Amino acid sequence: MPSLNEFLFFSGLLFAIGLGGVLLRRSLIVMFMGLEMMLAAANLTLVAFSRFNLQNGLPDYDGQVLVFMVITVAAAEVAVGLAIIVALFRTRGIAHVDELTSMRN
Amino acid sequence: MPSALFYFFAILMVILAVAVFINRNPVASAMCLVGSFICLAALFIGLDAYFIGIIQILVYAGAIMVLFLFIIMLLDLKAEEKRQIRPLTFLGGMAVVIVLVFQLSTVLYSFEPGRVTLDQRPIDTAVALESRASLDEPGSIAAALERGTLPDVHLLGERLFLDYKAHLQIVGVLLLVATVGVVVLSRKRLS
Repeated sequence: MPSLNEFLFFSGLLFAIGLGGVLLRRSLIVMFMGLEMMLAAANLTLVAFSRFNLQNGLPDYDGQVLVFMVITVAAAEVAVGLAIIVALFRTRGIAHVDELTSMRN
Repeated sequence: MPSALFYFFAILMVILAVAVFINRNPVASAMCLVGSFICLAALFIGLDAYFIGIIQILVYAGAIMVLFLFIIMLLDLKAEEKRQIRPLTFLGGMAVVIVLVFQLSTVLYSFEPGRVTLDQRPIDTAVALESRASLDEPGSIAAALERGTLPDVHLLGERLFLDYKAHLQIVGVLLLVATVGVVVLSRKRLS
């Protein structure tokens, strides 16, 4: 049976991979996937703590409500972010952060 | 959740997550992310969070990733595949990841309460039924607990609609604002 530490470790590992991906890849779409991965990794921590923190023999559903909210906000965030990427691509032909220099000077 | 299943899904999740950033083709990246999220949903289900596991597949692996694929299809990202990662960026990114994982392992190594395993904390429907006896509710939660099953969706819904109803409405407004915002952002300027 896996322990709480194992869940927390894999959650942290997924978060680290997402963070590393955001730092390494400069494509807007792939960076966005890294952000999604970090949110999902945080969700794994919340669900693990909710399962191990039993209240009257049941999982603590407060944690799962928070996961529900995070998934909702992530969906809204993706929709707005991708709309911004589409607008950028349409007006400037940019899909890459290194080319985003219009605020320089 | 048996250890073998846990390690299978967890390691597959990590491998697919790494593959997202190794792949040069954005479509392949998106498909790897779908696989990674499905493995994550399996971990949620292993933690007895059935509802969260299912909406993870429906919302993340289904809706959000289809949105990603549509945008990749709309944008012409041919140039992206040829682009090289600069070595300094690579070193910096890897350093951040390694430091984070190292810190995490040292913290978890000395985290005594985290040694508890899933079978040491079993879900006890009899205790739950007893503690809910004073609520005097009709309906399916008590019936399911009496059968010894976990009415996951009912319990989460009860918490969501009784204790967090204001938050739920705020999230609803947020979704509405996001929908309107997306329409405004992506519409063609009429000049």
